[in-house]
Amino acid sequence: MKLINRRRRFLRDALVLTGAVALGGCDKLSETDWAPKVLGSATGLSHAAQRVLSRNALAREYTEADISPVFRPNGSTNPQAPEYRALAAGGFRDYRLGVGGLVAHPLSLSLDDLRALPNRTQITRHDCVEGWSVIGKWTGVQLSRVLERAQPAKSARYVVFRCYDTMDDDSEYYESLDFDDAYHPQTLLAWELNGKTLPIPNGAPLRLRVPRQLGYKMAKYLRRIDLVASIKDIEGGQGGYWEDQGYQWYAGI
Amino acid sequence: MASIPDDAMRRTPPGEAPPPHTTARVVYRHTLPLRIMHWINAICLLILLGSGLQIFNAHPALYWGQRSTFEHPWLSLGATRASDGQLRGVTQFGAHRFDTTGWFGVSKMDGQPTVRGFPSWATIPGPQWLAMGRAWHFFFAWLFAINGVCFVAYALWTRHLTRDLVPTRRDWRGIGRSVVDHALLKHPKGEAALRYNVLQRIAYLVVIFVFGGGVVLMGLAMSPRMDSVLGWLVDAVGGRQSARSIHFLFAMGFIAFFLIHIFEVIVTGVGNNLRSIITGRYAIETETRDETHQ
Repeated sequence: MKLINRRRRFLRDALVLTGAVALGGCDKLSETDWAPKVLGSATGLSHAAQRVLSRNALAREYTEADISPVFRPNGSTNPQAPEYRALAAGGFRDYRLGVGGLVAHPLSLSLDDLRALPNRTQITRHDCVEGWSVIGKWTGVQLSRVLERAQPAKSARYVVFRCYDTMDDDSEYYESLDFDDAYHPQTLLAWELNGKTLPIPNGAPLRLRVPRQLGYKMAKYLRRIDLVASIKDIEGGQGGYWEDQGYQWYAGI
Repeated sequence: MASIPDDAMRRTPPGEAPPPHTTARVVYRHTLPLRIMHWINAICLLILLGSGLQIFNAHPALYWGQRSTFEHPWLSLGATRASDGQLRGVTQFGAHRFDTTGWFGVSKMDGQPTVRGFPSWATIPGPQWLAMGRAWHFFFAWLFAINGVCFVAYALWTRHLTRDLVPTRRDWRGIGRSVVDHALLKHPKGEAALRYNVLQRIAYLVVIFVFGGGVVLMGLAMSPRMDSVLGWLVDAVGGRQSARSIHFLFAMGFIAFFLIHIFEVIVTGVGNNLRSIITGRYAIETETRDETHQ
């Protein structure tokens, strides 16, 4: 009986110890340079697999009855940049979206210019990286139509979105998409949420919608769009504000 | 001789035959590929659970349906400040609320009461770090899925699945007896211990195909990109937030299985069981051996 007790105690201790070493080890590994890179390699695999499996399939579109009563805003909800405050004070009448970088025709588009392009309305789900989902009705122009007008150069590989909102570390929010997602028919530059002018907490006057990826990809308060060959030289080099903080660039999962 | 099945004899490693007149015999029970896959699976599950709880902590509430009904989660691990200024952890389950300070909602981090769903000792990494939790989770999710597919393929190929795991008609008829035996902690001895009993078979099949398959499918159903082709699956379970809830419940199912598994390993002989899943060798008592050989 004593032996069994001792064995049981040993097993319990061994389990607790193994658990502690494993969990503590994971913490130590998380702080190294190499382990997160190894772990991150799985995202490349996920991206490749999901690209093969879903190609250009459309995100599910919902009905009016599915719309969330409140479209929960997250991240920045009221940018304080003087430039942005001035635009907001004028009801965004002087707003211009710049489109530049590796393009044949740089553009400067007012909200009316954008509205004059063919519009698209879609009721789609918004999945936050934190785990929650909300559903909203978005109206805007397909990004592909804007890109067709700007005519990206052959060398362009990514579309980079620059924003008016400043994050806690004083850096400006930015994001990027590859051409697969940039030209997807549901990728919009949206100015309307649930039939009303886009409110400031949700990204007024113009925000990106990429319903097949997580919320942090859908940059709000768009200032300009740049076409680039590589994202390595921009800010932290990972292709977005949250990506520079360690989040995956590919946010389809 | 009739009491010793042929294949059990075959599985006795050469040179390992026990000397005559002993009552213990060592058989080769678990093949090397199965042992490797068992331990890969164990490591994967430990890390997936820890990193999964880390991800859960980013929004420690669960809902049914396509979208979050923020005022009405069916489960949430929250916090309130009591009248004395102390943080209290509150677990809400349906209409019920429980004070779970120290465990869920509020637990100590570096000695300080901190607002977090699951405590830091249960999450990977320990501190709140969603991006890193996701990195661990998706890496080991791939390993878990690949290992699982390899296991099922191997189990089919070697007939481990049909021979050892799928209950026979006789097993089903004896299920009542098996329930009583388990409740009384009466476990088969000798040759009979080599054969998985009916409850064990059902448990393994449920864990492999319902929990294992289900947790992967519900994980995929949470992916906004995969939902463009898995809409039928998302709808079948009631929506993306339902998929997140079911993913969580399957994970809890794994914990329940793990606790029972460890309990059974202990009551049926820790040393022998551990040896058999590490080296493959499992000792059984063969009381009739002397008679049959003399």
